[in-house]
Amino acid sequence: MSSLEHSPVQTRPTGARFLAGLMPRAEAVAIPVGALLAGFAAFSVFLLFVGKSPVEFFALVWKAGFSSAFSWQNTLSRVAPLVLAALCVALPARLGLVVIGGEGAIVLGGLAAAVTGTAAAGLPAGAGMMAMVLAGMALGGLCIGAVGALRIKRGVNETISSLLMAYIAIALLNHFVEGPFRDPASLNKPSTAPLAEALRVGDMPFIAAHWGVLAGVAACLISWILIERTTLGFAARIAGDNVRAAQVQGLPVSRLVIGFSALGGAFAGLAGYFEVAAVHGSANASLIAGYGYTGILVAFLARHNPLAILPVAILLGGFEASSGLIQRRMDLPDATILVFEGMVFVIILLSEMLYGRLRAFTPGFWETR
Amino acid sequence: MSRVLQTEGGAISVEALHMTMRFGDFTALDDVSINIPAGSFHALLGENGAGKSTLVKCIMGFYHATSGELLVAGHEAFMSDPKVAQSLGLGMVYQHFTLVPSLTAAENLVISRTDTPAVIDWRKERDALDAFMATMPFVVPLDQPVSRLAAGEKQKLEIIKQLYLGNRFLILDEPTSVLTPAEADEVLGHVRALTTAGKITVLMITHKFREVTAFADDVSILRRGRYVGGGSVADLSVAQMSSAMMGEAPVASKRIRETTEKQPLLTLHGVKAQDRTGLKNIEIDSVTLHSGEILGIAGISGNGQMELMEVLTGQRRRDSGEITVNGTPYGATRAEARTHQIRYLPEEPLRNACAPRMSVAENLAFRMFDTGRDGRPSFWKDGRAIARNAAELIGAFQVKTSSPAARIAALSGGNVQRAVLGRELTGDVRALIISNPCFGLDFAAVSAIRDRLIEARNRGTAILLISEDLDEIMELSDRILVMSEGRIAFETPIATADVAEIGRHMAGHS
Repeated sequence: MSSLEHSPVQTRPTGARFLAGLMPRAEAVAIPVGALLAGFAAFSVFLLFVGKSPVEFFALVWKAGFSSAFSWQNTLSRVAPLVLAALCVALPARLGLVVIGGEGAIVLGGLAAAVTGTAAAGLPAGAGMMAMVLAGMALGGLCIGAVGALRIKRGVNETISSLLMAYIAIALLNHFVEGPFRDPASLNKPSTAPLAEALRVGDMPFIAAHWGVLAGVAACLISWILIERTTLGFAARIAGDNVRAAQVQGLPVSRLVIGFSALGGAFAGLAGYFEVAAVHGSANASLIAGYGYTGILVAFLARHNPLAILPVAILLGGFEASSGLIQRRMDLPDATILVFEGMVFVIILLSEMLYGRLRAFTPGFWETR
Repeated sequence: MSRVLQTEGGAISVEALHMTMRFGDFTALDDVSINIPAGSFHALLGENGAGKSTLVKCIMGFYHATSGELLVAGHEAFMSDPKVAQSLGLGMVYQHFTLVPSLTAAENLVISRTDTPAVIDWRKERDALDAFMATMPFVVPLDQPVSRLAAGEKQKLEIIKQLYLGNRFLILDEPTSVLTPAEADEVLGHVRALTTAGKITVLMITHKFREVTAFADDVSILRRGRYVGGGSVADLSVAQMSSAMMGEAPVASKRIRETTEKQPLLTLHGVKAQDRTGLKNIEIDSVTLHSGEILGIAGISGNGQMELMEVLTGQRRRDSGEITVNGTPYGATRAEARTHQIRYLPEEPLRNACAPRMSVAENLAFRMFDTGRDGRPSFWKDGRAIARNAAELIGAFQVKTSSPAARIAALSGGNVQRAVLGRELTGDVRALIISNPCFGLDFAAVSAIRDRLIEARNRGTAILLISEDLDEIMELSDRILVMSEGRIAFETPIATADVAEIGRHMAGHS
């Protein structure tokens, strides 16, 4: 026994060493998944309480979100904006900012893209599309970049300011769509002029989803590479973990905060562009679809890890896609999915306190076996 | 012990007998006995870490002494819980205010009671309060929100609160540290009057000799957890108290101090900045740090050292003045720090110099992650270079960690300190600015870190050592500055340094 204690490294079985290395990483997956399951359970209790069957609910979610090519198309059409909106939360979050106003960046990005599209009618299609993308991303970036700047330069709480920014953005959309940029032909639903056919974004080959999904995947990859593989991302992680240490190291904390916020906002603006160019064909009140808010939940479930955002967005996209079917088949109101999302979110926030407290996920627990 | 039996409502005596408090291997309090007769004003003197706070926390029941006993009003008392101390009439006034700023003084007093009813009859309470205030030798405005009161009035209110709660033995923990000298005199004058009137007994923690000589009857001096002197203030001189508090000059360092070439490197000129309260300033007229020297800045905590460190690291805005390195202005950006090879080691490195949720290897990479092999800024992070750097530093500085991938927050204090020191001392470092490097570390870790500092000095590195530990300053420095009230109050080369003289300047008593 005593010889074992003197040389733990040599005698420790490889299995335990493997677990000691693996389990701390598994914590980041296990806790959100556990929280999601707990959210399912809590929501099931709610359904039973209102006299509905949880089994039927989840079966319908499966059917409407994931069971057929048609349902996948429905789900994927929601994935693009969800992914991009989630990045608008996750990127500033790496610097310690809780930004919840991605909806505003989506709306402004969509409006900017639509207006640019109308103005670019004479340009070649490629140049026109490029101008729309850039306009959407620029306005979204400006919106959230300003939130970051207010935070770092003036100490304004970014959560509040980004939420107010979303209200301003929505008001601006209504103002412009009902006023200066209204298409006289849009009678019941005020909209900007419909985009020229050449400026519309179509579906990808083989997959029944528009190119926004690919853009979302690319944005996730770019974000992950930026954070994990570049020196800028490393500096941002230092500043996000301990701003005092970053300052002592002389790192440009303000520029990092503003830059990461602006990039997140630009991605949300890109989501607005795709909503206009691939889905609605013009900017109108349909842009205010709540993707910015569901994106917050996606980012928190994904622990602000850009690679995890994609699967989480697909899952929640499926839930959102099933909302119509659930409404018809189960006679439940539209807001049911929001109840579900709200419950999951509360449990996700509660689960934050578990990190580092579950002994099975500490290296020491397995090394001493 | 005839004074012990007092009538109800009067001052009570407290006597601590052979109090010892150990935290693991560390003895914070070693067989300390003090006797505080009823109605006396007793001062407890000592440097930071001398054991003053430990002693009063044992008296108040926040800590359970390892051994020793406590007599309150002549009866043995077991302070199992702070509530016991309160029920016996012991109260404490803290260094920082514990009042609710948005409530009025009257509201603060009423809610501080434990027996306040759920529905408060304010008219009745007000009448009772007015009657109570009439018995006080000094008044505070009862109807103003506390946030509008001056610091001195807040401190008076804290003392009134203790009397209102019926406490008859008050411990004041550096009660004047946030007051101006005039406010301090007024508050302590009132406290003094209350003790002379036999209403309360006072034990005051301080390190200001002026307050001891002006107000206290008796004094006890602690040093490194031991009782090292005391008695009636009238019988003691400031010099005697000072030498007891600071100890004899430490034995000359065994570390070899080589002769180095000393060239001016970093200078501060007329530097002025706000302190953390925003009410006072720190003002450094002129300081020059030379290569190959350790310049020690001594001072009691809270005299502007933290702000000076923040000015030097670029965390605190300078209102005026100039910092230059080799004659060129220095603003502590990353590029400037790199060009001049200036490094920092703030106090409590886990809190001020590490990203606690990042790994040991990543934390060790803070100085090198953004430069490529060619020394130019690099966009891509080089994971292999980071791993190599971590392995080298962990080996060279004997950082004990389960793996380079472990979170740095999981390391012990000494290992974090060695890791950060290793990170900051790699390369051709020309200046190291360092604050309380050995705070809270065990003996072996302290010794290893001091060896590294002397080694770096011998290689020609300029070291600015800000420390509250005077022994550390005396042991390591070539030259000593004393900081007091935000200014450099005194300068001496180590050869002529006199601990008692330095101590007087530290205490603002020159």
